[in-house]
Amino acid sequence: MQISVKIFRLDLEKSNKPHYDQFELDVEPTERILDLLEQIKGYHDPTLTFRRSCAHGVCGSDAMRINGHNALACKVLVQSLKTTRITIEPLLGLRVIKDLIVEMEPFFESYRSILPYLVNDEPLPADGKERLQSPAERERFDDTTKCILCAACTTSCPTFWADGKYVGPAAIVNAHRFIFDSRDRAAAQRLKILNQHTGVWACRTAFNCTEACPRDIKITQAIAEVKNAIITGKLE
Amino acid sequence: MTETHEFEIIIVGGGGAGLMAAMYASRGAKTAVISKLYPMRSHTGAAQGGIGAALGNLEEDHPEWHTYDTVKGSDFLGDQDAIEFMCQEAVQSVYDLEHMGFPFSRTPEGRIAQRPFGGHTNNVTGKSIRRSCYAADRTGHMILQTLYQQCIRNQITFFDEFQVIDLLIVNGAVAGVVAVELATGERHIFHAKAVVFATGGHGRIWDITSNAYAYTGDGVAITARRGIPAEDMEMFQFHPTGIIKLGFLITEAVRGEGGILINGKGERFMERYAPHAKDLASRDVVSRAMYLEIQEGRGIKGQPYLLLDVRPETVNYYAEKDGRTRPDGSPYKVTAEEIRSKIPDITDFCETYLGIDPAKQPIPVQPTAHYAMGGIPTDMFGRVVIDEKNTILPGLYAAGECACVSVHGANRLGTNSLVDLIVFGKHAGLKAVEYVKGADFSPLPKDAMDYTSQQLEALRSGDGTQHVADISKAMKTGMSTYVGLFRNAQGLQITIDKIQELRQDFKHVRVKDQGKVFNTELLNAWELGNLLDLALITAVSAQARTESRGAHAREDFPSRDDAHWLKHTLAWLKGDEVSLGYKPVVITKYQPKERVY
Repeated sequence: MQISVKIFRLDLEKSNKPHYDQFELDVEPTERILDLLEQIKGYHDPTLTFRRSCAHGVCGSDAMRINGHNALACKVLVQSLKTTRITIEPLLGLRVIKDLIVEMEPFFESYRSILPYLVNDEPLPADGKERLQSPAERERFDDTTKCILCAACTTSCPTFWADGKYVGPAAIVNAHRFIFDSRDRAAAQRLKILNQHTGVWACRTAFNCTEACPRDIKITQAIAEVKNAIITGKLE
Repeated sequence: MTETHEFEIIIVGGGGAGLMAAMYASRGAKTAVISKLYPMRSHTGAAQGGIGAALGNLEEDHPEWHTYDTVKGSDFLGDQDAIEFMCQEAVQSVYDLEHMGFPFSRTPEGRIAQRPFGGHTNNVTGKSIRRSCYAADRTGHMILQTLYQQCIRNQITFFDEFQVIDLLIVNGAVAGVVAVELATGERHIFHAKAVVFATGGHGRIWDITSNAYAYTGDGVAITARRGIPAEDMEMFQFHPTGIIKLGFLITEAVRGEGGILINGKGERFMERYAPHAKDLASRDVVSRAMYLEIQEGRGIKGQPYLLLDVRPETVNYYAEKDGRTRPDGSPYKVTAEEIRSKIPDITDFCETYLGIDPAKQPIPVQPTAHYAMGGIPTDMFGRVVIDEKNTILPGLYAAGECACVSVHGANRLGTNSLVDLIVFGKHAGLKAVEYVKGADFSPLPKDAMDYTSQQLEALRSGDGTQHVADISKAMKTGMSTYVGLFRNAQGLQITIDKIQELRQDFKHVRVKDQGKVFNTELLNAWELGNLLDLALITAVSAQARTESRGAHAREDFPSRDDAHWLKHTLAWLKGDEVSLGYKPVVITKYQPKERVY
């Protein structure tokens, strides 16, 4: 099928002004948006710049705005857009470095701020084997283990657009993953961090994050569970 | 401007092996990780089904059984001392991961859950055994996340989105690496006493592959250009179940959970090729069987693909036929819900890319280029060895897929890639620390930057008559046609000639993007140069090995030939030529015998 692809371009070594380039392509309806970008880079304009790696939605490199919605370019098929006009732009709320590449460091800084690692300094089981965890305890935080840190959620959040200091949904998701892990002992510290004005209370429950998540994590619910844990002081 | 940094240990690559090495190296020495991707983007994250370790949580198991299965899986080309070491270490390594916070799926008793995987057996009964420890079907994702999280906790220094281009060796010892910072295009020298390569594989040589775009064999190519041989490069694994056309992986765990491969006549054809293990035979065996079914016209609707059927009715029908039971002895029966919960990511892939629900419709699959058994030669502690006598190059280490220990020999068992990167990543890190304690920094060479500049400038100043995309396509087509699941002398010669021609064409490439900031065009062109070098080494190594063993199947030499070929290939890249040497396989307990599944 014939499609028309409009892409945001910015090359600060040449100009401070962004523009859009348009490409007319012949593609299969089952092709991924990433395939289009590769086709353009390979055969039309090799200077087009974007991140990508795994090409099947598990590495998180190629989050971008596709027809206005945050998604991974490798997880959106042309046919799913139900239009032959496609606009591709970089994520909002992070500085554009070149074309579709944005500065990720502020995003990772927020991630690191919520202690995204298991904390448990108690003695290990005497037999040296695994700490026990029931299937139900494991299931409690399963959804938030799926996060690939692609930033699609955080950069779809209106609060984050307005205030870059807000840790954002991705950081809260990763806090949730440890707060509700029965083996972890630092929930109180994380809840304290997230009880600040830059934490969960900045969330206005817009649901944008949940809609943007390419891993189908119930982000808004996870944020609500963290809020609830702060209010009740209980991890349920 | 060139910036120079000084670290005792530099780790190149931020995947599982690199992060594991970093954790252990940083405890004893000033360490930094250089990665061309953000570490959590690394390809370890794409591993799905599990990590093998004889925990025995669900049934009797022993590291000795894991060892023998791995030796047999390798078609006796794996080094048995290293395999035994890996399988012994696997058990503690899995517990270590759990203690770091890895969210394993659990048994009802709260222990680490385990599932069957191809080639892993009870050595007494010969039946499939539950040895693969897993987190749903995203085990690699969880390993990568867990290790990265611990690296954050331990405040490891990272240089993210830096591309290493060259390895510096002075007077026969490591002096550091040269890298380009992608965000600025600036070049950096990393002065180091020890360098650990953990750069992953090179499946992008082939057309249909499960591998990430980033999998361009950088480490093996960089070391090859500095005179270090590449070992057993003819041994490349084609995974049986790549998703049709796209090539990415449908985990072997689907068959572990009872999925069955079906041909165009509706037959479970693996019964004919592997009467005991059937669909859970070793990957090389299953992939070849699939190829033959397709060649003989039994693809689906005559097309070059087959079906992987994990619908409950199919699983339950064959489970009953096979007499498969649950750990408690009850008959193995599954529901659609259970299938989806065991393979949630696969279910999502099928919905996204094929528009099907695997619990209701079979999945169209074809073999896909998946894993490099070969790579930078190392001993069982990650130390790089550079000749037939296993001479160590002081300060140089390699671990994970870019390394060839060799524990996978001619064919890797499923789950052993994750075992490999955890075990050998750790030991490479530990050995590097030991080494730097007693070593001084080698002085940096005056011309440290020259070879890097030469390579990158060449790509900016070619005459532009040839293009990266065309060369890449021609390479992949040639390699897929003639250096895939089956090879023969004629096809290999055609490919070698073609790759040589393409390597000449490559000299005419001219990168259009003359900027410095995120010049991915330049990076991708340089990566293609790596792939071309490794394609040549692969084809030449394959041409010389006149036998069939594991993943290397020669139509003109269909049998394994232990009298002549029970040895590892070493291939040196010398300009446009490849020269070959060989070294013996380490055999301790298990004499080679016929391999039947």
